[in-house]
Amino acid sequence: MSPSLRGAQRRGNPAGPGRRLGLLRFARNDGLAVALLLLAAPALAQSSLPPSRYAYTQLEDPRQEARAKALMETLRCLVCQGQSIADSDADMAGDMRALVRERIKSGEEPEAIRRWLVDRYGAWVSYRPPVEPLTWPLWAAPMLLVALGLFLARGRFRRKAR
Amino acid sequence: MRRLVLWLPLAVFVVFVIAVTFSLRSPADTDIRSRMIGKPMPDFELRPAVASHPALAAADLRSGKPRLVNVFASWCVPCKAEAPQLMELKRRGVPIDGVAVRDRSEDVVAFLAEWGDPFERIGADPESRVQFALGSSGVPETFVIDGKGVIRLQHIGDIRPENVAEILAAYEAAK
Repeated sequence: MSPSLRGAQRRGNPAGPGRRLGLLRFARNDGLAVALLLLAAPALAQSSLPPSRYAYTQLEDPRQEARAKALMETLRCLVCQGQSIADSDADMAGDMRALVRERIKSGEEPEAIRRWLVDRYGAWVSYRPPVEPLTWPLWAAPMLLVALGLFLARGRFRRKAR
Repeated sequence: MRRLVLWLPLAVFVVFVIAVTFSLRSPADTDIRSRMIGKPMPDFELRPAVASHPALAAADLRSGKPRLVNVFASWCVPCKAEAPQLMELKRRGVPIDGVAVRDRSEDVVAFLAEWGDPFERIGADPESRVQFALGSSGVPETFVIDGKGVIRLQHIGDIRPENVAEILAAYEAAK
């Protein structure tokens, strides 16, 4: 049982001679837990190198930065799957932002950078799914659902009109 | 017909529940495989990561003989776990080069001193550029490169004792 849990149980004790002791104990254990938490290293492995130059620094040209930002928001972080590289604080996401910004700075088109990454990691790395046989259901589903909805609505309106 | 249509939402819901149940039972594979398998190693030239080992460049991987490239870092815990397996591969005569991702020279030196040194060359990749070029999505990863510099195998994660045979086989096949 963790110190803080034990403290919480003591805190639930009915009033009586033991109550004050329990509260004191809770405070002490809680402090210990906080100290341990502060000491503990984060579970996610991060390197000791400082972030790349353009990981947290915007490009000097605001138009280029806007293009880089738009691209970064649609690229997926490889280690923290489910976040875009614009949202993630992982080292690897920082290095990917630096890669994107440096390439935009050197005049590369955002879509060329996306292609370069997709060539290496597959469509997975991009939040914009390509139109290909595998993703046809994905693109068709909204249209099919709207069509189904219209069909159902038509039935209801007809009945009302009668 | 109309009665069948009434049951349709329930049927869709049942299918949904079955699909969710089945996908919960088999956890998703979160590995992102490199698309570079079967393609030539992209060009790169890294600086030496430590003074005791020569640097690594793509040209070193077109030596006519297959090699292993281990993408690692001193700050990565599974890299320590796979160290004995890399030493075993080295003992069996497999040449291994390292790419030290986001690492400091003194940390790499300490890492090699503590966990063993299977490497012939070690390149420093301070901004993960070679890692991205390889389509590698984390540390550790191990690539088998044939004599012409073509990537033949990607092993994601630490090499466990049971993976050594598979990597040896890929190395032999790349000859």
